[in-house]
Parts: sequence; C-alpha cells; structure tokens
Amino acid sequence: MSFEIAGIAILWTFLFGYLIVASIDFGAGFFSFYSILTGHENKIHNIIQRYLSPVWEVTNVFLIFFVVGLVGFYPDSAFFYGTALLVPGSLAIVLLAIRGVYYAYNTYGNHGKNSRIYLALYGATGLLIPAVFSTILAISEGGIIEQVGEKVFFRWREFLTNPYTWSVVLLALVSVLYISAMFLSYYAKRAGDEPAFGVLREYALLWSLPTIFASFLAFLQINKQNPAHFERMVDMSWMFIASFICFVIAVSLVWKEKYLGWCFIAVMLQFAFAWYGYGRSHLPYILYPYINIYDSFTNRTMGIALITAFSLGLLVLIPSLVLIMKLFLFDANYVRGNAGKKKG
Amino acid sequence: MSSLDPVLLSRILTGLTLFVHIIFASIGVGVPLMIALAEWRGLRTNDIHYTLLARRWARGFVITVAVGVVTGTSIGLQLSLLWPMFMRVAGQAIALPLFMETFAFFVEAIFLGIYLYTWDRFKKKYTHMLLLIPVALGSSASAIFITTVNSFMNQPQGFTLINGIMKDIDPIAAMLNPATPTKVSHVLASSYTLSAGVLAGIAAFSLLRGRDHVYYKKALKLTTVSALVFAISTVMIGDSSGKFLAKYQPEKLAAAEWHFKTMKEAPLVYGGILDENNEVKYAIEIPYALSILAGNRPDTEVKGLEEYPADLRPPLSIHYMFDLKVTTGVIILLIPVLYVLRRWLPGRKPYPKWLLLGIVLLGPLAMIAIELGWMFAEVGRQPWILRGYMKVSEAATTSTSVGWMLVLFILLYLVLCFSCIRVISKLFRNKEAEKELDSLGLEGGIVH
Repeated sequence: MSFEIAGIAILWTFLFGYLIVASIDFGAGFFSFYSILTGHENKIHNIIQRYLSPVWEVTNVFLIFFVVGLVGFYPDSAFFYGTALLVPGSLAIVLLAIRGVYYAYNTYGNHGKNSRIYLALYGATGLLIPAVFSTILAISEGGIIEQVGEKVFFRWREFLTNPYTWSVVLLALVSVLYISAMFLSYYAKRAGDEPAFGVLREYALLWSLPTIFASFLAFLQINKQNPAHFERMVDMSWMFIASFICFVIAVSLVWKEKYLGWCFIAVMLQFAFAWYGYGRSHLPYILYPYINIYDSFTNRTMGIALITAFSLGLLVLIPSLVLIMKLFLFDANYVRGNAGKKKG
Repeated sequence: MSSLDPVLLSRILTGLTLFVHIIFASIGVGVPLMIALAEWRGLRTNDIHYTLLARRWARGFVITVAVGVVTGTSIGLQLSLLWPMFMRVAGQAIALPLFMETFAFFVEAIFLGIYLYTWDRFKKKYTHMLLLIPVALGSSASAIFITTVNSFMNQPQGFTLINGIMKDIDPIAAMLNPATPTKVSHVLASSYTLSAGVLAGIAAFSLLRGRDHVYYKKALKLTTVSALVFAISTVMIGDSSGKFLAKYQPEKLAAAEWHFKTMKEAPLVYGGILDENNEVKYAIEIPYALSILAGNRPDTEVKGLEEYPADLRPPLSIHYMFDLKVTTGVIILLIPVLYVLRRWLPGRKPYPKWLLLGIVLLGPLAMIAIELGWMFAEVGRQPWILRGYMKVSEAATTSTSVGWMLVLFILLYLVLCFSCIRVISKLFRNKEAEKELDSLGLEGGIVH
C-alpha cells in the first residue's frame, strides 16, 4: 500500500469511528429531548446518561484526530478547506462547544436535574452539528470551493441551491437517529431495561426506512453533481449491495428482538461498507479537482514519521479503548446501574 | 467590520481563543497531578480527608476539562481556518507533534472518563489512583507536543525553504529546536504552579470564611507547599529562558528590556516610559543585571535593537508584559514562602488573615502571569509567524468574514466562562465538605 493510500485510509477509518460514536451521542441528545415532549422521559433518560457520561470526551478526540491528521498528511487541505470553510467551520466549533460544555455542566454540575433549556440545546445541537459536518462531504465533490488566482472562494449560492447538499444533510440526519436508536436499543436490552428498550426499538424501526430512502436519494444526486464519481461507485457496487444486506439483517434482528449485539454489528457493517465504498470511489480526490491524495501528500519523511507515530499511538490507544469499552459497555453490572459496588 | 484587516482580526481571534484556552489547559495539565498527590496521601496514611480532597477536586476539575476540551477543539480547527498558508507551508515540517498531541489527548480523555466513574469499583485500593498516571502523563504530553510547535515558530529548523516549499525535512529536529527545552519546562512548571495555586486559594478561602475544620488546613498545607516547589522551579526555568533568548532570539530580549545599543555590563531596565527619541525615562535601572540575566556574568555582551532593521523589531510594548510577568512571578513565589515561615513571623499566628488572603490571590496571580508570559512570547515574535521565514501577514486567511467570527467567538467564550464559574461555585456551595465527610463511607461513586 502506498503512503498516500495508507494516510487516507487511516483518516477515513477514524472518521468512521467518529461517525459511529458521535451519531450515538448526537441521536441520544435528540431522543432525550423528544422523549420529554412525548412523555417518555423517565423511561430512556437513565440509560442514555449511563452510556454517555464516561465517553463523551472521547468522541471529540476522533474529530480532532481527523482534522489534524488531514492537515498533517495533506497540507494543501489546510489551504483550500481552511480558507473556504471559515464561516461553516466556526459555526460547527460554536455548536460543538455549546453542546460539550452544557453536557458537562448538566451532568457533573447539576446532580441530575435537567433544565429544559439545556435539553433543548442538547437536542438541537445534536441535529445541527451532523447537518453542518455532512455538508463538507457535499463540498468535496467540487463546484462550491473555487480558486481564482491566489484566492479561494466559497460559492454560497451554489452551495445552498444544490440539491446534492440537501440530500446529504438529510442522509446525515436520519442516519444519526437510526444508528443511535439501534445502539441504545442494544444497550437498553443489555441493561435489562424493558420499558426503555421498547421505546428505543420503536425509534430504531421508525428511522430505518428513511435511512435507506435517503441513501438512495444521495446516491442518485451524486450522479448529477459528479458523474465520474458516480461511475466509480457503480463499478464497486458490490460494496453498496453488501451494505444493503447488512441493513436488512440489522432491521430484521431488531424486529425480532434477538441477538441485538449482532444487530448493532450489522449496523456498523452497513455503514462501513457504504462509507468505504463512497470513500474509495471518491479517490484520488479529497477536494475535487484541487486536492488529490498524490499531488498534495506531504513530503516522504513526514509521511513516514506520521505513519510511525500512528502505529506506536495505536499500541497505546487500542488497549485503552478496549478497557473503556470493557468497563462501561460490556460490564453487565455497570450497564445495569449496579456500579459503585465492589466487584467480585 | 469587514473593512478591517483580516490579518489583524485573525491575530485577535487566535489570541482570544488562546487567552481562554491557556487557563483551562494549564488547569488540565496541573490538577491531575495534584489529585494524584492527594489520593496517594490518602491511601498511604489512611486519611479520609485527603481522599475526599481528591474526590472534590476531581468533581470540579471535570467541568474545567469540558471547557478546555472545547476551546482546544476551537484552536485546533482555527489553526487551519485562520492560518491556512502557515499550515500549508509549516505543516510539512511540524505536523508530527500536532498529530502526536491527539494521541496524548486520546489517552487523557479515556482514562479521565474511567477515573471519574470507577471510585470504589476496584478491589485493590491503589488501582483507581493509578488511573491518574495516564491522565497526568497524557495532559502533560499534550502540553509538551503543542509547546514544541510554538518553539518551532520561534526557532524554526529541520528544513530548507526553497521557493516557498520546505525540503529536506527532519521532523525530529523541527520538534527538538533550541527553544524547546526552556519553553516546554516553563509551560509545565507554570501550569503546575497555577493549579496548586488555585487549589490552595480554594482552601484558604474556606478558612477565611470561618470554616476551621482540619480538612481545610490539610488541604492548605498540601497545596501551598506544592505551589512553593513549583514556583521555585518556574522562576529558575524563567532565568534559563532569559539566557536562551540572549543567545537565540536576542531581538526579543532587547525589545523586552528596551535595550537599544549592543554592549557589555548592560543594566536591566524596570518600568519607565519611552519618549519620542526612544530615551528611557522614569525607569529603575539595575546595573549589570541584564548582562547577568543573559550570561551569568556582568561582562556578557547583550545585543541591542540597533542591530535589527526597524521593520523586524518586536513591538516595544512587550517591555511592560515582561516586567509585569516577572513581578507577578516573584509575588507568587513570596506568598508560599511566607506561609512556610509564618510561625516565625510577628504574631506567630498559624493562619493570619492577610496571608490567607494572599493565598487566595495565588491562583488569579498565576493566571495573570501565564497570560502575560504567553503574550510576551507571542507578541515578542512579531512580525514573524515562523521566525526568519514567514511573516504573520503572509500566513493569515484572506477571508473577509473574520470580523463576524470574532464577534461570534467573543460571545461564545463569555457565555462559557461565566457559566463555568457559576456551575463550579454552585457545585461546592450545595455540598459542603464537612457534610460530605459525615456521609462518606455510606455512599459510593461520585455522580449520582
């Protein structure tokens, strides 16, 4: 594998990690708020808090990792994306900041009393952040960032009037809710919390069909936006078919209320196939037509240094991630809310 | 708004983000160490007071961490959003420590999450405390990696610049540049001082309010003595920073000292004003002191600003930042010294009011010193963003929207900081240490 491909594969994998963990977090925020409006609060709030509290900070790191890594491996992306995305990027930072900080204030500072304003903020940012981030995927297809001479411009009109932008936003929103509901159903089942499971399972089923519908819509819109990319997607259509099969498996398992661990693995595979299929067919471009992974790759020495640092970093990171998952995800006592009592 | 220069606005916005972030980052670096110290003492001496101290600190700490994380995310993205040209060029040589910082941050975040939710969860008592080691290592490593980037901006090396593109890259040499040792150690030591100072201030504040439980006295002793040790090391490292500047960045030292003519036996100028002919007035001059600061001997030759063309001189206003920072640093050192000597002082009181008041001020003073020191370091680098290679004006974004983003972030940081202070003070007011001591042992877990 060449350095150029290794670099983008690493970044894409971490972004996939972010997609999964952040979706769970974002969707949970929305469900918390939505469940209050529909009078289900007490049923699902605890289960959401128990999962989110220890891991929320880790979620943010996946994002930072991607941004810093992207600029490290492909310094040109700082120039094009950095210049063009000042406004949307800043808005995303503000939303992330409000969400992160108020989550911490509420969880650690308030002793469990949930103010409505906080929950509304938390729910709203949970939908707005993925909407903002997803538009970068639309921008990367080209036609919105434009270089004229030495300057880089962002074409707001093209951006806002482009149906592809909106199809990606729609896909992001429904995917967030679908992934989150699927995960939380699994978590509630593990916790033996049947009322919460009932509500969350309903959400999961409710958002499953819109996910597939939005995927098809986005798929078709790529054809209009960037036909060459669409053709490459068709060439590797097996990945998208595999994704669909995983979707069917996941939905039927949650429907039957069986093997929910496998069910969530199927959800992750569903998105993994689609994510890597999309990413692979997007290559060699990071931003069409200005940044491609070969011309914009950093110098060879830095490439080797970054990949070495990454490999060493994984040696520390993977055991740490396994530990946190073991303690809060797979420890039945914790999941059921019995933590605090000494183990064994 | 948009008629203002994007370069200036980008500087202000970056400065603003760092102004906020640096306080929370310093707390993030230092407080885990203090928590570990308290928990370790609690375990070793079987003293529940120290254990409770660790718990209460951890509870407040996590809130500052949240602000630190989001402001850190902010500066992480703003580097590319506001300084795209800098990242495009310098990223070729300095991407490595930025990348490694994310790993350090990862480890810190993971273990902090585990630490907060596993009080009383392990059979062996020490296991929980050991979780703080990766937290403290991770946060200190973050600070080290980020500071090497800043050092690189002051002392770039490890590349050759050919037609605006960096070639012959040596990432390790870029990281380990001449500025790295003094800068990294100064940042770490001052973060530890700040953290110990803030925690000492909290204990002193409670004692001032008339709470005289032994819990607060133990807390005061642990934190103030730590603050003393850290303050001594900060001042000593500060001295070697002076020698570093004299050798590698003489224009910064010269501007800080209003030292215009290259000479031996140079005096140190403290305070004063400059008239229109750049003559120093009303200043205190300490003979030979600048030469001694620069090279430990009165006959050390110190380069003056005359050797640099006017457009490459740092702004002369950094003189005040430098003087104020040094003054604050000395006060921060003196207060804990007085605490240690208090029983020999007139009155021989164990907790004199004026001294407690001074200790309350340690935290705020350390914050002021850190802000001033950081501004001195960055403004003193002007006009360069990459000293000798790239000017700040060549590195900024060309976007015309920076002004509005500045307004947006001012609002954001105001809201974050005010609500942070409110939440933390509410947290401790609602749960007094004495009451918690009574109920300790009956409850487990820190958040319920």
